[in-house]
Amino acid sequence: MNLPAQGPVIPDFGNTSGCKANETFCWDWFADHWDRFAAELVQHVWVSAIAIVIGLAIALPAALLAYRLPRFETPAVVFSTILYTVPVLGFFLLMIPVTGIGLLTIEIALVGYTLLLLFRNTVTGLRSVPPEVRAAALGMGLTPGQILVRITFPLALPAVMAGLRVVTVTTISLATLAAYIAPYGLGQSILFYIGNTFISGLISAGVLAILLALVADALIVGLTKLVTPWARARRGGA
Amino acid sequence: MTDSATREGPAGATYRGEALAIEFRHVTKRYPGQDAPAIDDLSLTVPPGETCCLVGPSGGGKTTAMKLVNRLIEPTSGDILIGGHSVLTYDVTTLRRDIGYVIQQVGLFPHMTIGANIGTIPRLLGWDKERIAERTGRLLDLVRLDRSYAKRYPAQLSGGQQQRIGLARALAADPPVMLMDEPFGALDPITRAEIQDEFLSLENEIRKTVIFVTHDIDEAIKMGDKIAVLRPGGKLAQYGSADELLGDPVDDFVADFVGADRGLKRLSLRSVGELADPGREAPPGAPSVVAGTSLRVGLSVLLAQGAEVLGVTKEGRPAGAVTLAEIREAAGS
Repeated sequence: MNLPAQGPVIPDFGNTSGCKANETFCWDWFADHWDRFAAELVQHVWVSAIAIVIGLAIALPAALLAYRLPRFETPAVVFSTILYTVPVLGFFLLMIPVTGIGLLTIEIALVGYTLLLLFRNTVTGLRSVPPEVRAAALGMGLTPGQILVRITFPLALPAVMAGLRVVTVTTISLATLAAYIAPYGLGQSILFYIGNTFISGLISAGVLAILLALVADALIVGLTKLVTPWARARRGGA
Repeated sequence: MTDSATREGPAGATYRGEALAIEFRHVTKRYPGQDAPAIDDLSLTVPPGETCCLVGPSGGGKTTAMKLVNRLIEPTSGDILIGGHSVLTYDVTTLRRDIGYVIQQVGLFPHMTIGANIGTIPRLLGWDKERIAERTGRLLDLVRLDRSYAKRYPAQLSGGQQQRIGLARALAADPPVMLMDEPFGALDPITRAEIQDEFLSLENEIRKTVIFVTHDIDEAIKMGDKIAVLRPGGKLAQYGSADELLGDPVDDFVADFVGADRGLKRLSLRSVGELADPGREAPPGAPSVVAGTSLRVGLSVLLAQGAEVLGVTKEGRPAGAVTLAEIREAAGS
């Protein structure tokens, strides 16, 4: 066996490798292990997406309810603020006795962190609709349902999308901690490689998580422009 | 009659586009917890195709009276009839779609293009796309905006342009009746005068029965075929043409409201041509104006020149004369 002069060969947990322990990042090693990272990346996307979709499914109707019945708003804000304030790891541990070790626990925790921002942004968006716009719609003969679907909700979209954007990035980042509970997502590699002197594994998983967040962010920015073309229309511009 | 009316709006299928009379019959609106009614036994009829300006001080209930017509506010007692049918018998949504509605703050939908804004009610009425596009184009012509504006968003328009679109949107389904709540109140004086003039000439074309709320008596004189003055407490103080109100106010309240200069205002309603005696010749050196000049301007010319007789010309030829005494008489009651 030919040992390189710079340092010991990384055993790579059973397999031989051309990488060195003190190398910052070893592309060959990353290429060899791409399958593992790709699988975790896909899982990460799913874990995050499920949480965001469920978060929307809860927060949007709740916001509509609070918009119609202001009484409902304070309890909803208190509840979602409490969820938002609990440290994520503590949350996971608190949930284990109830929901066990698995995806369910992870999703409940992640959904809990989406609610406050989605709820508050949606309520703010709904309330930001100018009163004269609703007055005109009502006087013209739109029904309350048509006003909600055609006027109020579309006008709340910029605020909803702004909330969604922050929530998406946050969820992707929080989902890296899910691996403490159950083997899901890029957090597995991060946990696995974090104590290792060979840092290529940690860098791979970390950078992939960051890239995922950036890509998701860019997608939502694009989607926002697509669904709210009017938001950029100003006098003089087109 | 009323059976079918509960399903069809006042415009119905056949009436759409035709002006209909609006009649208030002993309408009273009382809000719970308030002693004084907001509208007190209001009765008046706006004949088809005419514009009735509701004026009065704040608290006079003019906006309330207007909102009773499209049932944004429901009357406590009494009835309102459009084309002879009580508004209370119509489905409220159908009723409103048959009534053009314009408010001071315009309230265009910021997320819809101008075209989509104008087409809102036609879309809800199930018109096909081509008909809506063709109607939108015609309405943009009517309010004197280029058809290319259809693709823009409200935020890209000036205040005056936005209110023109507000007007076009209210006219979209060709309603027989229009309600306008201080529609030009937020515009600067120049734009306001411009859009008032345009609306007047547009009204000749479209012939709608209009209820026009304003706090500005000068606007009411300019825009209204009839003016209804409401006093605080929602009582009708006087209802009549501008000339009647200015020439013969029923009491001090109306006299105060139309202004101490009501004589001058009355003079602006008539032209020197109407008053001139065609047989009379103006003395040499007398000032002269064209027949279409208002009496108010004629008076101003006489005062400025210290003259007693004003010559009137029509198409460059003398067409009689008016004396200062005659103008004074026309100003009085």
